[in-house]
Amino acid sequence: MSDPSAELLKTPLNEAHRALKARMVDFGGWDMPVQYSGIIDEHNTVRTAVGLFDVSHMGEIEIKGPEALSLVNYVSTNNAAKLATGQVHYAGLLYDHGGFVDDILVHKVADDSYFLCVNASNQDKDFQHIAAQNRWDCTVENAGPRYAQIAVQGPKALATLQKLTSTDLSDIKYYWFADGEVSGDWARIARTGYTGEDGFEIYVDPSLASKRWNELMDAGQEFGIKPAGLGARNTLRMEAGMALYGHEIDASISPLEAGLQWIVKFDKGDFLGRARLEEQKAAGLTRKLIGFEMCGRGIGRDGYEVRVAGAPAGWVTSGGPSPTLNKNIGMCYLPLDKAVPGTSIEIMIRNAPVEAVTIPIPFYKRAK
Amino acid sequence: MNYPETFRYTKEHEWVSVDGDTGTIGITDHAQNELGDIVYVDLPKVGGAIETGKSLGSVESVKAVSDIYAPVSGEVLEINTLLAEAPEKLNEDPHGDAWLVKIRLSNPGEVAGLLSAEEYKSFIGS
Repeated sequence: MSDPSAELLKTPLNEAHRALKARMVDFGGWDMPVQYSGIIDEHNTVRTAVGLFDVSHMGEIEIKGPEALSLVNYVSTNNAAKLATGQVHYAGLLYDHGGFVDDILVHKVADDSYFLCVNASNQDKDFQHIAAQNRWDCTVENAGPRYAQIAVQGPKALATLQKLTSTDLSDIKYYWFADGEVSGDWARIARTGYTGEDGFEIYVDPSLASKRWNELMDAGQEFGIKPAGLGARNTLRMEAGMALYGHEIDASISPLEAGLQWIVKFDKGDFLGRARLEEQKAAGLTRKLIGFEMCGRGIGRDGYEVRVAGAPAGWVTSGGPSPTLNKNIGMCYLPLDKAVPGTSIEIMIRNAPVEAVTIPIPFYKRAK
Repeated sequence: MNYPETFRYTKEHEWVSVDGDTGTIGITDHAQNELGDIVYVDLPKVGGAIETGKSLGSVESVKAVSDIYAPVSGEVLEINTLLAEAPEKLNEDPHGDAWLVKIRLSNPGEVAGLLSAEEYKSFIGS
């Protein structure tokens, strides 16, 4: 019999996950760990100590050339002209119709060099999308195979990673990065993450990924470090109110609807999707993303229908238990006038309405 | 894990233990392990009927919802109220304290058609 996992893409840490007895799943064509010790345990470890995630499936796209800024600013919604070298920001990659191709992190490496971190299952689509807009003679490279990415996340992330690098991590502010070293080898060290905690995402040579992983596991041992999978990554990002492509955002959703107006800079000049977003802004939105918490017994899950006063009104984009808050939470799209905190809603769970109430996003903010 | 010899099992990973005309139903250790952290259990109402092969409720882990299929038919006599407060007990003691429902069997002959402990263990490859 053929092994169905044989066709899945593997990160350089695949064997490490299997050695740790991770439960592996097909995640957008990648063979990835969903959990090791258990989602709740991993989640709590990241909130209280430090967790280690393999995010090597994420894609990297490099845009270089004298006019790199022009291309970056045309394909993304945020204003990369405001980035200093060594700074990172979150941005949308939009279609002309204003929906998302993807959501991305833009790192300014130099005036003529930008490094984009993009979603795993979107990387080829993103690359083609960007390359098709390249009127500025830039070099655009789909560089995913040249990088492995490991996320060290949690209040003890800095203490863990600092043991392995001479780069002073406390000098790297949130959403900044430094090209430095880890254990003597080149590493791009970014103070970014997808958990709502302090932490770092390090980009390293794939051939050194398992070495780095093991060193980090050892360095974090005194702090109780644990490997964490995609299950905990999802509950952590959901509590922090961070969007996930395919859930809160996709080709049919605009950043204004998703509550991401803060990454749309209308004053920066033309960009893909701009005209449609301006129309949308002028006409007024019809729907918006809002948080909810369950009041009745039950868990509102992704895709469930949301009703207001008995009538269909929207849908759940992400939903599940919040281990930190110990309640069942989620995000949903609702008509604009209902998408305010304090609206009584019903989530249709197995054909029965269960009471919930809208609440602001994010659900969790770490103490600074 | 020990799969009691006195239980009968389904390929959907439920078990039933019979005492006279009363059947106690639960999910297997294999099932709880596959599901991961269980955070919610939805059970039928006492007095209701459950029907072989039909969903009698659901078990939710952090990630997903799974139906529980009735291994046998009958009338619900009692549901395990412990699970409303402490669904995680299903991860700890699925063959014991964390049973799901007790029913009055409407067709006790159905039990003979279920898997033995040996057959179930071989089915899950343990």
